[in-house]
Amino acid sequence: MDGLLREYLPILMFLGVAIAIAAAMLVASLVAARQRPDPEKLSAYECGFEAFGDARRQFDVRFYLVAILFIIFDLEVAFLFPWAITLADTGAYGFWSMMVFLAVLTLGFVYEWKMGALEWE
Amino acid sequence: MVLQGLVFYVFAFITVAAGCMVVAARNPVHSVLFLILAFFTSAGLFVLIGAEFLAMILVIVYVGAVAVLFLFVVMMLDINFVELREGFLQYLPIGALIGLILLIELLLVLGGMRLTPELTRQTAAPIAALAAESNTHALGQVLYTRYIYLFQAAGMLLLVAMIGAIVLTLRSREGVRRQAIARQVGRRREEAVELKQVQPGQGV
Repeated sequence: MDGLLREYLPILMFLGVAIAIAAAMLVASLVAARQRPDPEKLSAYECGFEAFGDARRQFDVRFYLVAILFIIFDLEVAFLFPWAITLADTGAYGFWSMMVFLAVLTLGFVYEWKMGALEWE
Repeated sequence: MVLQGLVFYVFAFITVAAGCMVVAARNPVHSVLFLILAFFTSAGLFVLIGAEFLAMILVIVYVGAVAVLFLFVVMMLDINFVELREGFLQYLPIGALIGLILLIELLLVLGGMRLTPELTRQTAAPIAALAAESNTHALGQVLYTRYIYLFQAAGMLLLVAMIGAIVLTLRSREGVRRQAIARQVGRRREEAVELKQVQPGQGV
């Protein structure tokens, strides 16, 4: 258990250094730079003219569809990783179990393709 | 050992604080960003207990995909969140009740582990020691053979989710010009260009 943390220690140190540098930059600009607050500096910049409306506007539902299809195939690929490294132990049974899983999802993929869900207009 | 404890408390504190901020943040987009921070720190906690695979999946699936989906939902709903906050007190009792039930469940899990130590030994039996093999390896050895029905059920669940998403959101629109690559490539010179002999001083 302790060894695992030692393996990940470089990442942890990297994280600490990154946070320290980011904080140092923010604090240094707060301390060293001249502060002249102005409401115009905080206003939204939209190619020079006044902003037309709120940034939070309703999206097309299609973006949601693309995101949800992405999650599904993301999960499918996540299942492949442990399968790939233990294939020598699980043998043909494990292999065909994954093939059935992939076939089921490929069925969904064909349906998706035929329905035109991947097409953008 | 000291370092491990320190890292645990830092990650756990950030997770809990980010969880509180998800509820308390005024701007819903900030709530989603705090949720992402909570995901990252819980991935750190997973690494700390030796579940490397779960940690990476948490980052890839939850931060990479689910949080983006949450952002879409926040953007798409277009709710006036100031109005929504006014009903906060109204929903407080049911929210407190659900929180209480979750707390009791957690206490039961932890209390059961304390009362009957042999229970944990039984559930932890199939998992080999971390020193012997990695977490991903241990998962792969049981997931595709011993738990094959659950695995296939997960595949079916993904299929249902895919079909459900398509059925619910896909609608064909009229009057939209699509790109037809086959037609573009199949276009010949004779269909597209017409050569005309134009005499000087005359129009076409």
